[in-house]
Amino acid sequence: MVIKFQKNDKPVKITGAKDMPPMPAALGSMLQNKTGSWRNVRPIIDYEKCIKCFICWKICPEPAIDIVDELPVINYDYCKGCLMCMEECPKDAISYEKEGK
Amino acid sequence: MKKTMMGNFAASWGAQLSRVQVIAAYPITPQTLIVEKLSEIVADGELDAKFIKVESEHSAMAACIGASATGARAYTATSAQGLALMHEMLHWAGLARLPIVMTNVNRAMAPGWSIWADQNDSLSQRDTGWMQIYASSAQDILDSTIIGYKVSEQVLLPTLISFDAFFLSHTVEVVDMPDIELVDKYLPPYNPEYKLDVKDPRSFGALTAEEYYYEFRYKMQEAMDKAVDVIKEAGKEYEKLTGRAYKLVHPYRCEDADLILVTSGTIAETTNVAVDELRAEGKKVGNLRIRVIRPYPKKEILEVIKGVKKLAVIDRNISPGYSGIFSQELKSALYNEVNIPVRSYIAGLGGRDVKIQDIKDMANDALKNDSPNDLIWKGVKL
Repeated sequence: MVIKFQKNDKPVKITGAKDMPPMPAALGSMLQNKTGSWRNVRPIIDYEKCIKCFICWKICPEPAIDIVDELPVINYDYCKGCLMCMEECPKDAISYEKEGK
Repeated sequence: MKKTMMGNFAASWGAQLSRVQVIAAYPITPQTLIVEKLSEIVADGELDAKFIKVESEHSAMAACIGASATGARAYTATSAQGLALMHEMLHWAGLARLPIVMTNVNRAMAPGWSIWADQNDSLSQRDTGWMQIYASSAQDILDSTIIGYKVSEQVLLPTLISFDAFFLSHTVEVVDMPDIELVDKYLPPYNPEYKLDVKDPRSFGALTAEEYYYEFRYKMQEAMDKAVDVIKEAGKEYEKLTGRAYKLVHPYRCEDADLILVTSGTIAETTNVAVDELRAEGKKVGNLRIRVIRPYPKKEILEVIKGVKKLAVIDRNISPGYSGIFSQELKSALYNEVNIPVRSYIAGLGGRDVKIQDIKDMANDALKNDSPNDLIWKGVKL
């Protein structure tokens, strides 16, 4: 597996302990571990209602909401479906549906 | 420069001489004087450090972890219940491989509520990935703090320096304080390869699946193994500068001994006196003081005890349901190596004084008796 952890950002191939930093630092594991598969419910943004306040982007604990073309966009590779964005949205622009339907 | 000082202040000045940059502290007897003195030192501008007052020991260690992760030299001190409250964070500091140095004044765990000497607090933290040193004098406390950073920053493991409540924390001894120029030469500024840096952002302690976690544990063990030699080297280098030698084990009159007493902490100092008296009576008794218990100095112990007829361990601690902890560790080190009977004594729990005569009694008992599986409670009132 090739992941980035070195100081100079040179990708390093990890085959065992000798290639690893001493502590779980900068492994890049947060990108590799696509935690979106843990999700039970999928938040959905209604861009008709969205006022671009970016509160959802700010409070997402993962953080799995990116700003794309000046809009908040949920990255479903990492969104765990906690629905904090839905709870905090001042315009009720975020709803959800069950996964696996 | 020689000064008279309490054991606690030896820890404070050891931290000052090490130029610690962050001190996070919560008071607990008998440790409080250590961080009280450091808060004065910082307030007086004698040390360029951030002193963080926190709401608990758990937070104190959490603050040290954050500070150390940014590359700062972090320090705290605690005792007993305070150390126990840190437990979760001790594992974190260990596995995050942060070279924090902490002083723990060995105090009995409550209840019964006690503030007196007992090693069960620190030995309960044996498996958290911290190196553990048991100091036996105020000089040892000060020097071990400086050496502690030297070793920790090389192997990237935290160091816990423990010493007995009141017998050492609140008694005054003469301590030779090395000049700051000398310490600066010995202990260069800490500059880790991996650190929290806003200009070079990275995740620390993030989700680590089974693909890697196992290897991090392996690397920690490698670091502990390496630490044995690093501690020896750091001790030798310190000896060159100060004339004071620090090793993993300190044998006293063990060369031709029939019986070696195995001790730690202040009991080790009293045992040296008892050994002199026993020798004057014609009894060939030696004392092996275990100064470092993690990493465990198995090879160094075997070198001292090979050829001795008997061993007797005096433990100021107990693993309830088994025996004294230093005794268990020694027995496991001997297995498959040498066949020497080990007699195990419990003494001095909760600050009960262990006098010269008590140690002589235990030595005489061990010289007379063999049954190594007995656990003897010296002086227990039945």
